[in-house]
Amino acid sequence: MKLKLNIWRQEDANAKGGFETYDLDGIHGDMSFLEMLDILNNELVEKNVEPVEFDHDCREGICGMCSLQINGEPHGPDKGITTCQLHMRRFKDGDTITIEPFRAKAFPVIRDLVVDRSSFDRIQHAGGYISVNTSGNTQDANSIPVEKENADLAFNAATCIGCGACVAACKNASAMLFTSAKVSQYALLPQGEIEATERVLNMVHQMDNEGFGNCTNTGACELECPKGISLENIARMNREYLSASFKG
Amino acid sequence: MSVLDSKVPQGPIADKWTKYKNEIDLVNPANKRNIDVIVVGTGLAGGSAAATLAELGYNVKTFCFQDSPRRAHSIAAQGGINAAKNYQGDGDSNYRLFYDTVKGGDYRSREENVYRLAEVSGNIIDQCVAQGVPFAREYGGLLDNRSFGGVLVSRTFYAKGQTGQQLLLGAYSAMNRQINRGKIQAFNRHEMMELVVVDGKARGIIARDLVTGEIERHSAHAVVIASGGYGNVFYLSTNAMGSNVTAAWRTHKKGAFFANPCYTQIHPTCIPVSGDLQAKLTLMSESLRNDGRIWVPKKKEDSIAIREGKLKPTQIDEENRDYYLERRYPAFGNLVPRDVASRAAKERCDAGFGVNKQGQAVYLDFKSAIHRYGKEKAFTSGHKNPSQEEIIRLGKQVVESKYGNLFDMYQKITDENPYETPMMIYPAVHYTMGGLWVDYDLMTTVPGCYAIGEANFSDHGANRLGASALMQGLADGYFVLPYTIGNYLADDIRTGEISTDSKEFEEAEKSVRNTIDKLINVNGEKPVDYFHRKLGLIMWNKSGMSRNAKGLEEAIHEIAELRDEFYKNVRVTGKAESKNAELEKATRVADFLELAELFAKDALHRNESCGGHFREEYQTEDGEAMRDDENFKYVAAWEFKGKPSEAVMHKEDLNFENIELKTRSYK
Repeated sequence: MKLKLNIWRQEDANAKGGFETYDLDGIHGDMSFLEMLDILNNELVEKNVEPVEFDHDCREGICGMCSLQINGEPHGPDKGITTCQLHMRRFKDGDTITIEPFRAKAFPVIRDLVVDRSSFDRIQHAGGYISVNTSGNTQDANSIPVEKENADLAFNAATCIGCGACVAACKNASAMLFTSAKVSQYALLPQGEIEATERVLNMVHQMDNEGFGNCTNTGACELECPKGISLENIARMNREYLSASFKG
Repeated sequence: MSVLDSKVPQGPIADKWTKYKNEIDLVNPANKRNIDVIVVGTGLAGGSAAATLAELGYNVKTFCFQDSPRRAHSIAAQGGINAAKNYQGDGDSNYRLFYDTVKGGDYRSREENVYRLAEVSGNIIDQCVAQGVPFAREYGGLLDNRSFGGVLVSRTFYAKGQTGQQLLLGAYSAMNRQINRGKIQAFNRHEMMELVVVDGKARGIIARDLVTGEIERHSAHAVVIASGGYGNVFYLSTNAMGSNVTAAWRTHKKGAFFANPCYTQIHPTCIPVSGDLQAKLTLMSESLRNDGRIWVPKKKEDSIAIREGKLKPTQIDEENRDYYLERRYPAFGNLVPRDVASRAAKERCDAGFGVNKQGQAVYLDFKSAIHRYGKEKAFTSGHKNPSQEEIIRLGKQVVESKYGNLFDMYQKITDENPYETPMMIYPAVHYTMGGLWVDYDLMTTVPGCYAIGEANFSDHGANRLGASALMQGLADGYFVLPYTIGNYLADDIRTGEISTDSKEFEEAEKSVRNTIDKLINVNGEKPVDYFHRKLGLIMWNKSGMSRNAKGLEEAIHEIAELRDEFYKNVRVTGKAESKNAELEKATRVADFLELAELFAKDALHRNESCGGHFREEYQTEDGEAMRDDENFKYVAAWEFKGKPSEAVMHKEDLNFENIELKTRSYK
């Protein structure tokens, strides 16, 4: 198929960016979206034009490195997948596709479609862990049984890949879904309960410092999340935060 | 006498590690604060090592090319992690895990390292649970297990099909705790470009900041290479796009021997290649072989009809299906080790029974599992006379709860529903058992330079068993390296900070700048991918699932030619002083082009078939691998001598004192 691509180009964080248009031919439905960009880039190199920079790594939807706002939606038109899992059979001959970086104040553009998501890492540094030494002197793994239902809910929250689609989807660029997923995972497990108060306060505080917006419960984050992280996590975090505020 | 000293402690195998820990030198906590350690790579091995070293008190600097340590490719491991916990009471023990791993590796690994791995395996599970890793549990609240290939017990712990993700995020959380304490400085979007050796010891690295392009000097008292494997030398593999050999290869060029480069794991259950411009292959977890049955049609005409789209697999009756693994290997059936399963698939496809358009695929079928589970589920929920539809509906639910995410992934890529029609699979490059040679301390032949996880060679011999990579990465990082590195650093307590102003740092930096300038200045006509794809084809066709002397000789020649062409005709656009993905690819492919030649050279010299290394000249009449213990019971560790063709081999003889050397049989 033949496509017209409108792609955001920006030299670096300080430069002014803008859209460039490229025509691309010979794309098949079985190709992935990122393979389509690989092909474009190789054509650009052959024409001595600097290729489009974009983040990607595992190309199987688990590392969270790929991003992209495709036709206005994070990770493109399909639900429950990352950009690297999007296939070209979703588009048709003659389509125009607009590709932009994830937009948020807390995700500054590095170059073209690549953004800096280190704010997410800093939220995790603030409390995304259980303070247990890795010395090997822990008790036997089966000594504390965990209710299957809670273990499963903790697992569901823990499957967040930290891609930032929730922030990109939110009109306020809020990071509540991301932060609440980690808070929930630990709050649901006996191992994580002990530090629950401090954790939620520290992580929320860091999230606010990074310049993410407030949550107004539109639910866009859950809808666009490639891993289906549930809004219930935000509710759980709000409860944790409230009770921590009284304690703290 | 060999120049290689494995430094294995004396005594009975079960006591060695304990005895070692009792006798090594320790560094007191106050002195650890004066010692710096660099860790390159933040996957399971690097991440867990960095966290533990920082927790012990060392100052740690980590480096990864991704934008966060959480992206490392360990995250993509699906099926599980082995541990000899014997929670199922099915007769598992440290010795059995040790035995299975050595046998699975086709008797080409070092017994003592493998025993230690089995010994600490149980501890890994304890550690991860304490960290909040949400492993799968049974209704009673205890941990659940599943089975993997090559073994007869259930010792694999898992978190749905995302075990690697959960374990990596566990290690990442342990790192975050140390970052928050200021004990780890994380340099993300950085690539190690050179190892710096001062007075014969590893004392730092040169790294490139991938955002600004700046070349940086970083010093330390020891350097840990945890940069993963080199499967991307084949271009198409299940590795992440950025996975590369650069850190390991640069270390090799600075004196670290490279062991068994030809031992590559071709994983049997991957989604088949669909087109020429494909960039990446996707694995379907081996755990699927617990319940999926592998088959091709018995009649060649049926395969042809399927390829032409005239027949559907669901239209083929049971008696016309060839469940070739169950036929050839009745004892292990669909759960034979990966190398055996891969070769068997290739054998059927080469014989003309392949089932996709290219004839390069076999079926993985869940029909019987859906029936079996559906019946059981109906019974346990009180339906003693369920209808066929009811059984299938319930069976699909059970299969979905076990493998749902894998089935979804398959459907997204192929646009076919695996609940209704069998999956199509074919082998693909997945893991490299070879890597930097290390002794019992996990130290390379460069003093002070360690290699852990997939980057080293030590534990998996010529073939790795499923769910053992996660185990090894975490064992090395959490429980082994933190002890062994102390034994070395105990001599460094008075050294003080290592200066980056020495001539060694200056020369290393200059060499990195030269490498980059050289690539940018070629200004040829072809993009980097062109060369990488060509290299991949040479490797797959002549150094892949089966190899022969003639093909390997050709490969060596073609790789050298391609390398020449690369330096004459590659075009790297953009500047060195900014974010430049083409330049990143170019530096990596330049190193792959050297490693590939050593790979083929190693495969050519090993005149036997063992594990993932299958030489067509050395096979039995029924196509099984023929090992030659008399002549090849050794590790081939290659020393760099200016170029790959001149590399010199050193042998480490392997002694099997606790396991009898046998022909591996899964019949």
